[in-house]
Amino acid sequence: MDRLKYFLPSFVFVALAILLWRGLYLDTRTLPSMLIDKPLPEFTLANVVGEPVSNSDLPDEIFLLNVWGSYCLPCLIEHPTFMRLSEEGEIPVVGINYKDRNKLAKDWLETNGNPFSFSIEDLDGRFGIDLGVYGAPETYLVDADGVIRYRHVSVLDETVWNKEFLPAIAELKAESN
Amino acid sequence: MRTFRYLNCICLSVLFILGVAPDSIAQVDTFEFDNDVQQQRFRTLSDELRCPMCQNTNLSGSTGGVAEDLRREIHRMILGGMSDRDIERFMFERYGDFIFYRPRLTAQTLLLWFGPLCFLLVGGFFARGIFKRAKEVDDIESELDESQKARLNELIGGK
Repeated sequence: MDRLKYFLPSFVFVALAILLWRGLYLDTRTLPSMLIDKPLPEFTLANVVGEPVSNSDLPDEIFLLNVWGSYCLPCLIEHPTFMRLSEEGEIPVVGINYKDRNKLAKDWLETNGNPFSFSIEDLDGRFGIDLGVYGAPETYLVDADGVIRYRHVSVLDETVWNKEFLPAIAELKAESN
Repeated sequence: MRTFRYLNCICLSVLFILGVAPDSIAQVDTFEFDNDVQQQRFRTLSDELRCPMCQNTNLSGSTGGVAEDLRREIHRMILGGMSDRDIERFMFERYGDFIFYRPRLTAQTLLLWFGPLCFLLVGGFFARGIFKRAKEVDDIESELDESQKARLNELIGGK
């Protein structure tokens, strides 16, 4: 038993090494959202085609809120997924056109297709700040009561959809039944 | 080439240690304030809040889009008469603990704040043990008489 204590430094070293080694691979780029389980912040803005929109225009079922911009290359990568989701009627997708120019945004939707029920136009990024957005693309999962339940930062492709969103949505649906 | 890179590294490290290298170059914004106190508060806040996008820069040193917006918000809130504490709360509600370079003291950050002190205490405890034992060994040696000491020196090859 007494012998064991000579190995104590080695044990401590190995434990610390493992801890710090793991620390090297922690994902520090993705911030946790502060708005999980909080209602979507109030907004009274225009959509990309110039009509006034506010919280009451949001779908009263589970929907996705996607932060996008015409300048944002990763948005183009995730775009086919949103197109499929809206074409197949799997889930409504609302866009936030984040810090874009109206003309560029319209052109982008025309060229690539428009998967959004509507796109909230957040020209100066104020609504983005209320949401804790730190760069497009980001996607929020909002429940039927307008409460934010999940956030994904960066590209939402089919893999992310299947791995993160489908289980989260299934959970939400099970909850409300 | 390689040596050159090492040399560069060393020079940069020395500069950083001395605090000569600028860790952030403040972005030039054209914000107007009513008085110097407000301006000073703006500077302190944007120095102490971290850019959520670039992550290793404060708001004042970042060219990131969101940093620009947050500086604008801070300016707006200062002119709107909000206190530093209110502004910090505003940031926390949106971006969480991440936004603070000086983390708040909570259950989660306890280790962060007092961990180093704990390590120091544990280290001190062990160091004391080691010194104590070393002294005991010295004491044992001095218990030898002259002839024993001579014999000992002979054995370990000393003079």
